[in-house]
Amino acid sequence: MADNQFDIIIIGGGPGGYVAAIRAAQLGFKVAVAEREHLGGICSNWGCIPTKALLRSAEVYHYFHQAKNYGLAVEKPSFDLKAIVQRSRGIAGQMNTGVQFLFKKNKITTIWGDAKITKVGEITVTAPTKGVLGPPVEAPKGALGAGTYKAAHIIVATGARPRVLPGLEPDKKQVWTYFEAMNPESFPKSLLVIGSGAIGVEFASFYKTMGADVTVVEVLPQILPVEDADIAAFARKQFEKQGIKILTGAKVAKLDKAKDSVTATIEVGGKTETITAEKVISAVGVVGNIENIGLEAVGVKTDRGVVVTDGYGRTNVKGIYAIGDVAGPPMLAHKAEHEGVTCVEAIKGLKVHALDKNKVPGCTYCHPQIASVGLTEAKAKEQGREVKIGRFPFIGNGKAIALGEPEGLCKTIFDAKTGELLGAHLSGAEVTELIQGFVVAMNCETTEEELMHTIFPHPTLSETMKESVLDAYGRVLNM
Amino acid sequence: MPINILMPALSPTMERGNLAKWLKKEGDKVKSGDVLAEIETDKATMEVEAVDEGVLGKILIAEGTNDVAVNEPIAVLLEEGEDASAASAPAAKPAEKAPATADAGKSSPAAAEAPEPTAAPAPAAPAPAAPKLNGLGAKVFASPLARRIAKERGIDLSSITGSGPHGRVVKKDVENARPGTGAGAPASGGGQFGFPLMPDDKIRALFEPGSYDVIPHDGMRKTIASRMQQSKVVVPHYYLAVDVDLDALLKMREEMNSYAPMSDGKPVWRLSVNDFIIKALALTLKKHPEANASWTEGGMLRHKGVDIGVAVAIPDGLITPIIRNAHEKALPDISMEMSSLAKRARERKLKPHEYQGGTTAISNLGMYGVKHFTAVVNPPHSTILAVAAGEKRAVVRNDQIVIATQMTATISCDHRVLDGAESAQLMQTFKGYVEKPVGLVM
Repeated sequence: MADNQFDIIIIGGGPGGYVAAIRAAQLGFKVAVAEREHLGGICSNWGCIPTKALLRSAEVYHYFHQAKNYGLAVEKPSFDLKAIVQRSRGIAGQMNTGVQFLFKKNKITTIWGDAKITKVGEITVTAPTKGVLGPPVEAPKGALGAGTYKAAHIIVATGARPRVLPGLEPDKKQVWTYFEAMNPESFPKSLLVIGSGAIGVEFASFYKTMGADVTVVEVLPQILPVEDADIAAFARKQFEKQGIKILTGAKVAKLDKAKDSVTATIEVGGKTETITAEKVISAVGVVGNIENIGLEAVGVKTDRGVVVTDGYGRTNVKGIYAIGDVAGPPMLAHKAEHEGVTCVEAIKGLKVHALDKNKVPGCTYCHPQIASVGLTEAKAKEQGREVKIGRFPFIGNGKAIALGEPEGLCKTIFDAKTGELLGAHLSGAEVTELIQGFVVAMNCETTEEELMHTIFPHPTLSETMKESVLDAYGRVLNM
Repeated sequence: MPINILMPALSPTMERGNLAKWLKKEGDKVKSGDVLAEIETDKATMEVEAVDEGVLGKILIAEGTNDVAVNEPIAVLLEEGEDASAASAPAAKPAEKAPATADAGKSSPAAAEAPEPTAAPAPAAPAPAAPKLNGLGAKVFASPLARRIAKERGIDLSSITGSGPHGRVVKKDVENARPGTGAGAPASGGGQFGFPLMPDDKIRALFEPGSYDVIPHDGMRKTIASRMQQSKVVVPHYYLAVDVDLDALLKMREEMNSYAPMSDGKPVWRLSVNDFIIKALALTLKKHPEANASWTEGGMLRHKGVDIGVAVAIPDGLITPIIRNAHEKALPDISMEMSSLAKRARERKLKPHEYQGGTTAISNLGMYGVKHFTAVVNPPHSTILAVAAGEKRAVVRNDQIVIATQMTATISCDHRVLDGAESAQLMQTFKGYVEKPVGLVM
């Protein structure tokens, strides 16, 4: 096989692309990844991981303030913003190096630059546009450069970028996207967050905990719009208790920038009000990167900003695949990884199952954390299902009380007829680490019976999960 | 000590049954042999008899409960002097004397195979049925959700091809299977026979809402639907019809009936044409052992005795009680046995061993004036004889038109078991026995 000829070329080295590449290498394919800026993608470099680093700093800082509750003394807690950001960037860098190591280990070729599909089975790569997201990045050692490359299978894994709404265009200075928000030069005293999805509330949580005055504006009637209404209401109450100001059913009509502040005109409930803040974060969702990669040239079908695929990543054009954010919601790293693996295994001809979007969990690392999988109560009822609902508050859990985290809620939704676990929705301490229990249960198609027969260790927060299941069937023990 | 009365297994294959009726109520004194309750399976209603003496302390499963798992406690029996409060929950340890027996269950291997309850299970949440063994002795792996949906829809998991990891049957597979059959969806790639029928909602959409009533299927309807559909999909049927002269048989029948012993002024037996046909078919198969056989993948089962199932129409269904070793039985014995079986079939009182098995079957619609019909083979049978009405016909004999009483008998055959020429010879033999009926009493 010629040096520029591969079995599979993946455009984009994010969590979908790099994992697909590793799986492809495991299956014996000759594989290359074309990347223009960061191996590991947004997730490792500008998303999941560095924000978790920031939020961890905030969490520890929060506990400093709670020290007295635990019988400890901390004098005048303070922080060094530069050091916090540095830690976060350092961890992102470590992730990036980790992916390079994995590529080397699996003999995956990196092609450095902007890739474009020129025809089915062929891409051309040009020198990368420098610094799309951050400071210029050097090509990894041994990476191939500009040129034409061929592969029978081309997987588009170009990810997504922040959605831009007219009038709310980010300017990197006063109106931020998540890039600036996780890399601030100075700490803003006040902050307006537009959008209350995962990204919005995580930054609201971070900046509030660190002492900023935070307002969240959501256009829909509910914050965390994809979450179950009970959980969203519970979280909202907690956020408001922390002092976050929340406006729902509220639309930011315009932003007026002054020298050191931005004034937002907000329409809410037929009235207009203004909020002035030092910085604004626009977190109104993300859109797929479908442009300038040659999709039009080969006639790949797109719809509302994402590539149309079947459950195995196949597009309407034979030999062209798409996975991850660019292939549509939910735009989450773990969904991208799974799609990457499934796509490659299907190419190999292995027996795989199409992605079941209903079994993709979601985690938000605000305080309190949110985690969920499956249908919300509203969605289940919309489908005409008769449901059994269980709820268990963390106040009934010994471990939660011992941790000093008695605020939390675990809600489960079962099909009343079959006992199928339709959805699980949690908010509270460490729930992002708990949800996988329910994800496994759903994937194994357990009913309430197996969950009730499962022994959950004591004392753990996971006991709230079992109690919630018991509650759905009128058998709750500790409430 | 309170004794648990357990749901009995009425047949080796029984996993669940419906608790039709309690004949004793809580507080009633019970002695050994008393009938406690009636259990309904797919084909029959059976009585549960008490094995011990005592007082019926607590009924755990209300009458009218469907799908009660075998060995699930259905009631608690208190011994002399025991307090009713002791019966509020099932006895902690299954009493050695339980389960209550029904006659048919005594020799049932299912009782031995069934898992032993080790602690009192909650009456409302029976343990999931133990994985069923299919014909090859392999365990059926299915997700809990798949099991539950299959149970609800009456689908046999063992015949579904699983699409999950390691062939595990998952929800999707069950949802794609047709109720009552268990034949897997072709989409799951299992190479199963059959095609998914139209989904229920599509069928209903063809009719005006309110223009029909929905009658839920009972166990018998489901069994008939499943077995007949499987047969028509799997068994390669062909049919041979012969016209048989009945005059000699009718004459002999009259003569024999005139010799029937009397009791209370009534004859003890009265031979019907069908009794002769049972005997004739039995002797025929004895002469053609290759047709008295069942197909299995591993080899042909050639049966030594001829056990003939006779279809009996009963309200809302059909059942085929069996005359075993019919070739060895005298006509009057066949006649008396048949009357008893038919009567109990109509009352749904047959025990499973009286209708399960058999090596062939007869379906006789002569009394309805049917001129000719074909029947569906009921595997593991390989043949079924469809008997139409005897009638006077104009037939040509020696170039003369004469009047003869004839009937048309049509045999349906499983081509995997026997070929056309074999069944043609079989029908010749049958015709011979019927037309020269003296052979039936020799």
